[in-house]
Amino acid sequence: MAREKSISRGDFLKVVGAAGMAGSTLSILACQPNTNPQQSGGGGGSGPEEKALNFYNWTGYVAKSTIPNFEKQTGIKVTQDYYTSNEELLAKLQAGGTGYDVIVPSDYMVGVMIKSEILEPLDMSKIPNFKNIGEDFKGLPYDPDNEYSVPYQWGTTGILYNKKEIGKLGESWDPMWDPEFKGKIGMLNDVRETTGAALYRLGYSVNTTDPDQLDEAEAALKEQKPLLRGYFDSYSGNRPLVLNGDLLLGHNFSGDAYDALSRDPDLDYVIPKPGATRWTDNMAIPKGAEHPDNAHKFINYILNAKVGAALDSYLYFNTPNEAALPMLPDALTKLPYYTLTPEVENRLQIIQDLGEVTRDYERRFTEVKSA
Amino acid sequence: MGEEKGRGWTFGLVGLLTPVTLWLGLFFLVPLLFILAYSFGTSGVYGGITLGFNPGNYLKVFDPLYLEIIVRTFIIALINTFLCLALGYPLAYFIALKGGSWKNTLILLVMIPFWTSLLLRAYAWVVILSGNGIANRVLQFLHITDHPLTLIFTPQAVLMGMVYSYLPFMILPLYAALEKFDVRLKEAAQDLGASRWHTFWRITFPLSMPGVIAGSILVFIPSAGEFVIPNLLGGSRTVMTGNLIQQQFLQARDWAFGSALSMMLAGLLVGAIIFYVRKVGAEKLEGV
Repeated sequence: MAREKSISRGDFLKVVGAAGMAGSTLSILACQPNTNPQQSGGGGGSGPEEKALNFYNWTGYVAKSTIPNFEKQTGIKVTQDYYTSNEELLAKLQAGGTGYDVIVPSDYMVGVMIKSEILEPLDMSKIPNFKNIGEDFKGLPYDPDNEYSVPYQWGTTGILYNKKEIGKLGESWDPMWDPEFKGKIGMLNDVRETTGAALYRLGYSVNTTDPDQLDEAEAALKEQKPLLRGYFDSYSGNRPLVLNGDLLLGHNFSGDAYDALSRDPDLDYVIPKPGATRWTDNMAIPKGAEHPDNAHKFINYILNAKVGAALDSYLYFNTPNEAALPMLPDALTKLPYYTLTPEVENRLQIIQDLGEVTRDYERRFTEVKSA
Repeated sequence: MGEEKGRGWTFGLVGLLTPVTLWLGLFFLVPLLFILAYSFGTSGVYGGITLGFNPGNYLKVFDPLYLEIIVRTFIIALINTFLCLALGYPLAYFIALKGGSWKNTLILLVMIPFWTSLLLRAYAWVVILSGNGIANRVLQFLHITDHPLTLIFTPQAVLMGMVYSYLPFMILPLYAALEKFDVRLKEAAQDLGASRWHTFWRITFPLSMPGVIAGSILVFIPSAGEFVIPNLLGGSRTVMTGNLIQQQFLQARDWAFGSALSMMLAGLLVGAIIFYVRKVGAEKLEGV
């Protein structure tokens, strides 16, 4: 789930990242993978820390004011580095010796990282602002006791579409399979989200491991493919393609859809029935972090109500910070599906890591894409 | 004296070759050996890899789905190489034999695209070919069409992007080969009664064969490993081997299979090139 906010930098990094694959494949491979990177990196030391913090985050996934204000308040110098996929983050950490202090993995990736034992447990006594987090966002299934992670931002995955051209849509995935919109539909180039859309439409769980259900989903995706313009990223693909009229319907993350809505009032966003994804990105500290005290300070700072509200107003995603909610501008809270009714909330599912079955999903998606 | 001179020359040579040997050894050979070792390993469920001897990764390549993707990759790379040759040869011929004092300027123009990153140029194509992009606006302005045409995110757009990207790699070696061509040979052939057609196929083309071979290899190899253009200009609707390898590393967390695919692709490319050089080299001799 790439959620870049700065298009030039985001796209550029993504593409350069992609282009560097031949090279980076080599460089990834050149490092012996190590599921327990340097335990002795100074983590947990008691002495005063150097005034530095290495923050490894999604490209452009902070507000403009977030980092400068933290530096001003604490005197801690923040160095940022960026990634564009959870798997890229995982590969870096598994290679070891990254020196990162705070990372922002998505929900299912937190689960993978806990199982891979590459996260440092959090010391909640150093994160008093955790009390600001809404009950709905505490103890999510991938980290039931918030032992390793606290939520950063959350959102949904639904359909961004041109209301002026095709009229108001009902809450359904059917338009994404409607021959009437042939060549004007874009799905996400994301195996779990796009397979997920097919599973939701069939009324199954997004985390199913039942081969029969997956067969049905695969058949549905093959049926859908001739109708598609292609499989794209959310922010740099479907969002601008719907904005410039190449697409009528785009499978999008909520924040990217809201960004489009704020630019063009003819667009609308819908969370279909009977199911759709709710995702959460989280802050965590990797094992071997050299500045764990500063990392806790930073996490606590992000959970401050004002900081959370500023972050959210800038990124257009949702905040798990209940104390920040009253400070959000109306322009944001009036967006469709920004504030969820219990009925909508009940239809949302969280993507979880499926271990071995991940590769089955991957193979099926490849089969669909090369059909 | 002679002995001393010989040794000095050897030291000099060793001195000059050491950096490049270290460079290639460290940054090419060692990673390649890692990939080879990984291709026989077993991927952990959560990424990472356990080394060992597991030929299963190679057997997996023979899954009809993956074989189809590899075959498709080679077909696309072949078509691209052929189109580059067909488009590039006349231009290289023109510049080398008719360019006169403009030769250097014209070759410089061919190289201008290299001044900008391939990725930025691919993005430029996305902008140019999109629904309300320049291409569609020009077509509508000229009343060639009354509604925007689907120019991008099609297999044709992928091929166009590849020809565009790799054409200079074909033109430059062709130009280098044709530039050395002695025009008197052509004149002699025509004096002896050969038609222009005959002269070209019996004299000019065979003598430019080193350029054809070099250009074809330079275009074919990167085309077969291409994955950015199918993503950007093809809307990920066309899967090439490069995309498949990328997915194994960045999505499926299956480094072992990704490594096996990489080794297979490299092996097939080496095989294809040996075959090509032998076959075309032999034909060239027959031709002369």
